[in-house]
Amino acid sequence: MNDNIIEVKNISKLYGINKKEASRMMKEGSNKDDVYKKTGVTVALWDVSFEVKKGEIFVIIGLSGSGKSTLVRCFNQLLKPTSGDIIFEGKNIETFNKSELLEYRRNKISMVFQNFGLMSHRNVMDNVAYGLEVKGTAKDERQKRALEMTRLVGLEGWEHKSIESLSGGMKQRVGLARALASNPEVLLMDEPFSALDPLVRRDMHFELLSIQRKLGKTVIFITHDINEAFKLGDKVAIMKDGKIVQIDTPENMSTNPVDDYVKKFIDSADKTKVLSVKNIMITPSCLVRENDSPKNAIREMQQNSVSTAYAVDSRMVYKGIVSIDDALRAGKENLKLFDVINKDVMTTSEDTLLSEILPMAAEAKYPIAVLNGGGVLKGIVTKTSVLSSLAEREEQPVQGKSDVT
Amino acid sequence: MINPKGMTHMNNIYSFPQSLQFNIGSALDDAVKQFSKNNEGVLGAIRSVAIKSIQGINWALSSIPWFVLIIIVIYFGYRVSRKIYVGLLYGVMMFFIGASGLWSHMIDTVSVVIAAVAISLILGFPLGILVAMSKRAENIIRPILDLMQTMPSFVYLVPAVMLFSIGIMPALLATVIYSIVPMVRMTSHGIMHVDKEVKEAAIAFGSTKMQALVKVQIPQAMPTIMTGVNQTIMMAMSMVVTCALIGAEGLGLEILIATNRVEMGKAFLPGISIVIIAIIFDRLTQGLIKKKEVAEQ
Repeated sequence: MNDNIIEVKNISKLYGINKKEASRMMKEGSNKDDVYKKTGVTVALWDVSFEVKKGEIFVIIGLSGSGKSTLVRCFNQLLKPTSGDIIFEGKNIETFNKSELLEYRRNKISMVFQNFGLMSHRNVMDNVAYGLEVKGTAKDERQKRALEMTRLVGLEGWEHKSIESLSGGMKQRVGLARALASNPEVLLMDEPFSALDPLVRRDMHFELLSIQRKLGKTVIFITHDINEAFKLGDKVAIMKDGKIVQIDTPENMSTNPVDDYVKKFIDSADKTKVLSVKNIMITPSCLVRENDSPKNAIREMQQNSVSTAYAVDSRMVYKGIVSIDDALRAGKENLKLFDVINKDVMTTSEDTLLSEILPMAAEAKYPIAVLNGGGVLKGIVTKTSVLSSLAEREEQPVQGKSDVT
Repeated sequence: MINPKGMTHMNNIYSFPQSLQFNIGSALDDAVKQFSKNNEGVLGAIRSVAIKSIQGINWALSSIPWFVLIIIVIYFGYRVSRKIYVGLLYGVMMFFIGASGLWSHMIDTVSVVIAAVAISLILGFPLGILVAMSKRAENIIRPILDLMQTMPSFVYLVPAVMLFSIGIMPALLATVIYSIVPMVRMTSHGIMHVDKEVKEAAIAFGSTKMQALVKVQIPQAMPTIMTGVNQTIMMAMSMVVTCALIGAEGLGLEILIATNRVEMGKAFLPGISIVIIAIIFDRLTQGLIKKKEVAEQ
C-alpha cells in the first residue's frame, strides 16, 4: 500500500470540435496557440501527471489561463477530463457511476471557492451544514457538527447571521467550515484567498495551516501567488499552458529551478522588486509652513515630540526640512524660518521600487520625503519601514498580484 | 400605377404576382374550426371550470365590503412602503374608483386578472425551469415565446373566440397567452444566471440535480422570478382591457362602449381606474420583492 491518496495519470482537457487533430498536433510537440489557430481547439490541460501524498498540502501555481482552475475541477468531476485517469485511494474516479460519484463528493472530497460560492439565501450555519443536509444527515446532528465547524474557524456567535453581513475574510471562513463539515479526506481550494486583502490573507494562511495540522487533511491548493505557494506548500507544482513545468518542494524549487520560467516566477517572490514606495510610506507627523515664525515651528515640533519638521508652502509643495536646532537658532538670531530650511536632503517619488531606494534609505539621516510629479509632499519613508518590509518578506504577501513581471 | 399603360405583363414585376400567392389563412381557419368541433366536450368542460373559478374569485371579492377592501389596500400599502401616507394615497385612489360608479366593473376586471395570473404562474414557473435545465426545451420554447411576445395581442383574440365563443373564457385564454411570457422568461433567466461558483458548490458538495435546483438555484433566482411575477400581472392588466373587444365585462368594456359613442368623460374614468389598479398591483408586488431582498441582506 503506498501513501498516495490521489494519483493523476496523463490528464488532458480539450475544448472544441476537432479534438483528434488537436491531440495529434500536441503529441508532435506543437504549442497550444498553434493548435488553437489550426484546429480551433483550446488545450486547457495536456498530459498532466503527479501524485499527492496523504496529509500534505499540494500547491498548484500558475498564471491565469495556465489550466490550474480546470485541473482542480477534475478532482471532483465538476469537469470531466478528455482523457486520462484520476485514481483516488486506488479507485479510478473516471469510472464512477452516478451514485458512486455522489457518495465520493459527499464524503471524500470538498471544495473552497475563489469568490466563496456561498448561498446568500441561507445563514452562516445553514451554509456550513449544506453538505450534510444533501446527504441526509439528521437535523440535530448536522447542526451540532455545523456549530463545531463554525467554532473551529473562529466564527462563534455568527451562526445565525446572513452571508451579506460578513466581511470577505469571514465569508471565506464560512467556505472553509462548509468544506470541513462533511469531514472529507481531501480539500480542494481554488485560489481561496486571492479575493481577500493582504492582512486578512495572512490570518487565513495561519488559520488554514493550524487547522490542517490539527485535522491532517490533504489539501490541493491553487494560487497565482508564489509567496503563498512557498509558505503553504509541502510540494509545489508550477503550471504553464496546461502543462506542469516542475514539481518540487519549495526549497528544492528555489535552489534548482528547472528553467527560466520557474526562475522568473521565484524571483517575483522578492518583495523589493514588486513593492513600491507608496506601499510603505506614512504621513509625516509634523508639517510647518515655510513662512511660519520659528516660534510656531518649535512649538509644533514639541507638541509632536519630534526633532525635525517638513516645510511646505501653501499648496503643500515640499520646501525642505527644518530641524529643531535650526529653528532655535533662527529664533535667537531673529531669522525667518525660511532662511534655515535645509534644502539639501534626499527625496523620492511614490512609484520608486523599494529595491531602488534601499541604498538611499541606508544612508539617509532623516526620513525620506515622497513627492509627486508636481513636487507636492505625499508622505515620508523611514529607514525602519524600508528595512522591516524586507525582514517581513516571508510573512506578508505582496499587495495585489505578484504575477511574473 | 407605376407601370406604364399597355405594359400589363410588367404587373408581375411591380406587384407581387397573383399566381404565387396562396391563402394559408383559410386553411388555418378551417383547422381551428374543426378542432373546436371535434373537442367540443373537452373545451366545454374547460370553459365551465374556468368560468366557475372566475365567478368564485368574483364572488369572494364582491363579498368583501368595499371599505374593508380599501382598508386592506391601505394596510398593505403601508406595509410595503413603511409610509402611512402612501397607504392612504392608495386608499383614496380606490375610493375614487368606487365614487366613479365603477366598483363592480373593477371587481370584474380584477377577477379575470387574478385568474389569468394564477394560471400563468402555475404553468409558467415549471416551463421556465424546463427552459433553464434543458438545452433542447430552450431551443423549442424560446422562439415560441418570442413569437408570442411580438405578435400583436389582438391576434390572440381570434382563436380564443373560435374555441370558446365570446365572453370571459376566451378573454382568460388570450390574457394567459399574453402574460405567461415574462413568467417563463424571468424564471429561466433567474435560474440560468445563478452565480457560477454557487452552482458549482451545490454540485461539489454532492447535491443531486433536484437538490441543487430546489435548495440552491430556485431560492437564488427568487428575486428575478418575483420580477417575472410583477411583469406577468402588468401584462395581464393590459390584455384584460383589450379583451373587451371579445365581450369580457369590466372596465375595458366601459371604455369600449364610451369610445364607440365618442363620450370622452365616460371613457376617461374607467381609463384612470385601470391606471390606478395597475399602479396598486405594481407597487404592492414590487414592495414584496424589495422586502425580500432587504430581508436577505
